[in-house]
Parts: sequence; C-alpha cells; structure tokens
Amino acid sequence: MVIRGRVWKFGDNIDTDVIIPARYLVTIDPAELAQHVMEDIDPEFAGKVQPGDIIVAGRNFGCGSSREHAPIAIKAAGVQAVVAESFARIFFRNAINIGLPVVEAPEAVAETETGDVIEVDTDAGTVRNTRTGKVYQSTQYDEFIQQIIRAGGLMQAVAERVKARQQAG
Amino acid sequence: MGMTMTEKILARAAGRRSVEPGEIIEVAVDLVMTNDITAPLSIAEFKKLGLERVFDPQKVVFVPDHFVPAKDIKAAEQSKVMREFALAQGAIYFEIGRAGIEHVVLPENGLTLPGQVIIGADSHTCTYGAFNCFATGMGSTDIAAAMALGTTWVRVPPTIKFVYTGTLPPDVGGKDLILYTIGQIGVDGALYAVMEFTGEVIDDLPMDDRIAMANMAIEAGAKTGIFGFDEKTREWLARVTDKPYEPVDSDPDARYQQVIEFDVSNLRPLVALPHLPSNVYPADEIEDMPIDQVVIGSCTNGRLSDLRIAAEILKGRQVHPRVRCIVVPGSQEVARQATREGLADIFLEAGAVFSTSTCGPCLGGYMGVLAKGERCVSTTNRNFRGRMGHRESEVILAGPAVAAASAVLGRVASPAQLD
Repeated sequence: MVIRGRVWKFGDNIDTDVIIPARYLVTIDPAELAQHVMEDIDPEFAGKVQPGDIIVAGRNFGCGSSREHAPIAIKAAGVQAVVAESFARIFFRNAINIGLPVVEAPEAVAETETGDVIEVDTDAGTVRNTRTGKVYQSTQYDEFIQQIIRAGGLMQAVAERVKARQQAG
Repeated sequence: MGMTMTEKILARAAGRRSVEPGEIIEVAVDLVMTNDITAPLSIAEFKKLGLERVFDPQKVVFVPDHFVPAKDIKAAEQSKVMREFALAQGAIYFEIGRAGIEHVVLPENGLTLPGQVIIGADSHTCTYGAFNCFATGMGSTDIAAAMALGTTWVRVPPTIKFVYTGTLPPDVGGKDLILYTIGQIGVDGALYAVMEFTGEVIDDLPMDDRIAMANMAIEAGAKTGIFGFDEKTREWLARVTDKPYEPVDSDPDARYQQVIEFDVSNLRPLVALPHLPSNVYPADEIEDMPIDQVVIGSCTNGRLSDLRIAAEILKGRQVHPRVRCIVVPGSQEVARQATREGLADIFLEAGAVFSTSTCGPCLGGYMGVLAKGERCVSTTNRNFRGRMGHRESEVILAGPAVAAASAVLGRVASPAQLD
C-alpha cells in the first residue's frame, strides 16, 4: 500500500493527553473526537488538517494513556498515516488494531517538514519525500502484524477465529 | 540458558517451556480489566463479534473510577453502558461507594496474584507488577478481543534489571525512586522493555512503595515493571486472599538487555517539573515556585501509607491560605481506614478537602481541574501539558511528603524545609 499525503510535523514525546485531552473522553464517537484532535499541542490543528494528510513526529509518539480514542481521533480527522522516529507501545498496538498505518522511519522524520508531500510504501518499507526526491527506509511489520492489517484490524481477525471455532463446534 | 521472571510467566501462560525476547506469542490471560472511559469502546467492539458471553465472567473486571461519581450526563451514560454490560455478563463489577480506583481495588480484593498474566484497558495496569505478575496496559480493542478469546498476543519483551543499592534516606520513598529512575533513563528509556526492580533497597521497601514504582514503569515507556516475590509480598497477599498462586523468580543466568545500578543513599525528595515525568530535580532546589493546588491520591500514591505520610506533615499545621489541597483516598477501604485512624480529621482540620475515591483530578476529569496559568503539586503520575486542566496550567509530580510540605508552605518544598 502506498499512502501519499501532505505532512504536519510534530516533535518528540507527543502524548495522548495532547492528542485527545481527557476532558473529551465522554464519547466514543469518532467524528466528535476528531474535532479536538491534537488540541493541546496545536489548538488550530483540527481546523487545518485535511483528509489524506500525514502526521510526522519524533520519538515516543503516543506516550501516556492507553486511550484508543487517540488513534481514533487522528484517523477520524482524515489523517492517513503517522510516521515517527518511534512509537509508544500501547499507541502502536491501538493504531494497528483500528487500521491506522503507523510507520517508524527515523531518517525520514529528520529531513521532513510541515507542508512536504511524502509517499509511505508500507509493503516496500520506504518513505519518499517528493520535495527532495529522497527515499528512506522504514521498519517493516512482522508477518503477525501484517495479518491483522490484511484482515482490516484486530476485531476482523478475531471474528474470523471466532467463526472458525463455532464451525468446529 | 536461564529466563527472567517475566519470560517464565509468559512461557507458562503460552503453554511453552521457554520463550525468548522478540518472539510473538499468544498467552492465556488470568484477568481482563476495563474502566468507565475504556469499557464503552471495548463493549462496542465485543458486540460486533455476535458472541453472547465473555470467555469467563469471573476473569473479566469492570471498575468505574475515572469520571465517577458521574461528573456529567455523558459520563453517566458511559458508566451506564459499562454497568449494564457487566451485570448482564455476571462479570466482576466494583460499584462506587464499595470500591475506588482500579489499581488500588484489584490488589485489595486479591485479584492480582504472583505468576499471573493481567491485561487492562488502562496504561497503569503495570501497577500489579509489584505483586510479581505480568500486568500491562492495552487499548479497548485488544481488551475486547481478550474478553472474547481469553487470550492475547504479546511480543516477549526484553528485561532491563535495575539494582538499587545503599540505604534509603528519611522522607524518600518509592515515588522518589521511580522519579529518579525515569529522570536518569528518560520517558522512553525502557521503551517496550520490562523494568525488573531489584537490590537491597528494594528488599527493604514496603509494598505500597513498590506499587508506586511499578505504577510508573509506563512513564519510562516500559511494557511493565515487575518485582520478585518475598516475605513482604506473601504477608500483604495473606491479608486479602487465600487463593493459591505460583511466584516466579529470575534465574541467576537470565539474560538482560541491560543492568543499571543506582546507589540511592544520597537521594533527596524529588519533583518532576512540567511537562515530562523525566524532568526531575530535588524538591529543595526549587526556589520560590508558588503553587495554587495540591492533590494527594491516585493509583500511584492513594494508599493508606501515603495518606499517613501526608497526615504526619499536615498534623497541627494549616494548608497555605492561597492553596487548595485535595486529598483523594485510593479506595473506599483506604478511606475507611484513614477515617478510623484519624487521618481524615487531620486533613479536614488542616483545611484540606477529603474526597471520595476517584481518578478525577489526575487526568483533568473533575474534582480539581486547573485554570489557565495555575500550578499544582500532585502525587499522580503524569505532568504532560494540559493533563490536569487548561493547556497553560502546570503539574509538578512528587511523593506525598513533598506534596504535603508544599501545601503548607504554598510553594514547591521539601519536608525538611518545614520549621
């Protein structure tokens, strides 16, 4: 899968409290959560982000809470993928589970700016910056994680297992 | 080749003789937990599967604790979704007035035992590692899958061994030890690894202090924190359960990603300044930093021993006229004991609020939300931007001794600075 989009760049340790502040966790409606995405790091972000954009960030993206509302808010805001130097582990898992592509590409992050257009190739494990033409390596998913992605998310994968189990009696 | 205690727990739960760091394995879970914020998503995902029952109602736990007693209508609706599902499933459910904060309540009820695998839709699920089990936080969808299957997948994490040597000085506790550790290694210093806490200082450390350390392993990016099993663990658990359990210990030749040794003999009470838990300084080095609020409580420091430390300092003293001090017992049981021992009276006489048990203030939910420009010293675990309220408010993390001393002096202060 190749994802092409315009970049919004953020720094290190972008935590789940700034991605979606707890005061908005009284709903599980993705559209409502998306209205407040990244609000405490950039109050204007929800108004600026366009469907198809890509978030690029530094180390430890998504650190903090286990709230799945964080990747849900990002995805519902139309963000196609997050590219970071590294991800906090719960956020990474949550993103894969709900079908938000998350890619680790430290060198690409260092040389990417807000407004650049990049191409993320999740199969080839590359990130290409169309402004500079440079291509960077990104870490590739394990086969196990690829299975979740191919199924369309964790619950789709689980549903297949539950169905197989029921058929087996 | 030897295994760490974590590898042994995971191998057992996977039905294997051994596992190695980096492997992806499927493990049986002994307990699956969610709260009023994360449960509604888990339940919605679970229902998509069309299953009638969770895998085992006696291994699925629901705890309303974040926005309870309900702070508004939407929060009430979320709690209602969880309550109705929990009762319909016959799952373990802890209602307010009979429970409290999940990470205080589950251990109190003997639900977190050595050798177990526990997952929860709350990042501080790692707290239970103090009881020699593998416990880790996950998102709502992972929890929904585990509610259906009774299993979850994990990548076997490498372990970093922390060895604490020396003698712990007065007024320095588990919170200071973990803040010091995070200050040294950074907020992603243990990313994806397990933090195994060992050494002579740990051997002497009371359970409540171990719990506070395990609680904040996530603040260093860790998969979880874990402690060995000893007489202190055994005694603590004997008070709450007679269920059998199987402790685990690391082999002498276990492999560690890293071994880090700290001599903590000269440690002073610490604070973490905004906006990262790794931004750590000795409290007595912070000069002239006035504060508006103090919160003493949470899943990190809301236990009886924490309240005792705070009460000892507040006894016969007054909260500074400019400061609001909010004391939140971690559970109904903690509140009852604090009342019985006279601690509640000490707080009330000092001019503090003594609240019912809730996570509320820690995450800016309610019961102590900060206005623009306000500063709070808090015994909680996160000081990210906007964590406790307005995005231009500030949270300073500390243990109960520093929090109580700061409440009296109206500025960030160490207990030694009181007259």
